Amino acid sequence: MSQTPRLMPRSFAHLSDEAVVALLARSDESALAELYDRFGRVAYGLALRILRDERLAEDAVQEGFLAAWRNADRFIPERGKASTWLLTLVHRRAVDLVRRENRRRAEPLVDGVDSPSSGSAEDDAWLRFERERVQSALKQLPDQQREALELAYYGGFTQSELAERLGEPVGTIKSRMFTGLARLRELLADPRPGEAAWKPTPYTT
Amino acid sequence: MEADALHDLTAAYALNALDAEEARRYEAHLARCERCQRELAELSESAGALAYAAEAPLPSADLRARILDRARAERPNVVPLRPRWLRPVIAAAAVAACAAIGLGLWAVSLSGKLDRREAALARQQRVAQILAQPGSRKISFSRGTLVVGPDGKGALLLNKLAEPGPGRTYEAWVADGGAPQPAGLFAGGTTIAVPLERPVRDGATVLVTEEKAGGTEAPTQTPFLIVRNAAQS
Repeated sequence: MSQTPRLMPRSFAHLSDEAVVALLARSDESALAELYDRFGRVAYGLALRILRDERLAEDAVQEGFLAAWRNADRFIPERGKASTWLLTLVHRRAVDLVRRENRRRAEPLVDGVDSPSSGSAEDDAWLRFERERVQSALKQLPDQQREALELAYYGGFTQSELAERLGEPVGTIKSRMFTGLARLRELLADPRPGEAAWKPTPYTT
Repeated sequence: MEADALHDLTAAYALNALDAEEARRYEAHLARCERCQRELAELSESAGALAYAAEAPLPSADLRARILDRARAERPNVVPLRPRWLRPVIAAAAVAACAAIGLGLWAVSLSGKLDRREAALARQQRVAQILAQPGSRKISFSRGTLVVGPDGKGALLLNKLAEPGPGRTYEAWVADGGAPQPAGLFAGGTTIAVPLERPVRDGATVLVTEEKAGGTEAPTQTPFLIVRNAAQS
């Protein structure tokens, strides 16, 4: 019998997402499990939104997490959050799949419909809060910017396809995407939608 | 494409809204452009937030176990000791490059002179021959793959390896119970195929060191890559 040292049960609760990814880079399986517990559901929701098929969505989530497993050593904390990195990997798999399967559609994002869920009450509450926060920020964008972001991100359309579909020059689509994302960043950075965005301004004399 | 036009692709890249060719060109540009790296970090954060706007029902209960099982099966038999890999550009770019080595042996980026190109193609063909044999084995690690045919012919596929220092070369070795034996010289590159000049039997280990140009008969440096030819469990 081999003398495999037994791993101490480890609690990840106190670790940042970035620290969990650092453990992932050392091929620590429990780090992968932890990452799944933190982001599996959001990742699945995203993939399902894009693919509209449960089996394909699970495939995209699986491939995205395995890409993270294989490439965790390439994650650079200075270049962004671990959650963004992971969700980008899942998003890319989902978009690849939806393009390959030719399942793209251009329906707007339906919001305010709570799907039945059997997650923990805390998870449900937190996810609902985040969803409402992002949806509310999206609603504050000019229609054309929101449309460009939604068709690209949830629809899986490339910028060239969008240009053709919307009958606009590619340059226009590019600038809608850029302005939309930049504005979204400002909106999400605000304390909370609905509250006045108040910032102390430095003195000028 | 002009640099200005490439800067303009940042938002679309953050949204995964470029086609494969555009994404490849943008990634090549991104490696050298600090402005785009900064901007991409910011825009990706916004794009990532969009994930939360989707409904989040629960996936099936066994998805977690399926992912963990697959990950376990892929655990690499590799010990990177002194990596001198290129600084990764960004995770996404690196993932794309990694996918290239996993799937598209032919997606090797060939730069430089024609003879180098032909030599690279010849090496790829030898590797492809190994891969085409039934019963060939692939051992994946984070920076590439070791492939071994049923007859013991082996090759290393490496991803994003920095060029060796001036007057230096990389040298592959095969150790099979005794001292490592020289198994070929090679340089760095984005995607490299290195056919090994010695058989890689079951349980043998493939090593890579950096040596003086022309190579040596025995390793003089600490290997920065050690891969064992063993079934991945």
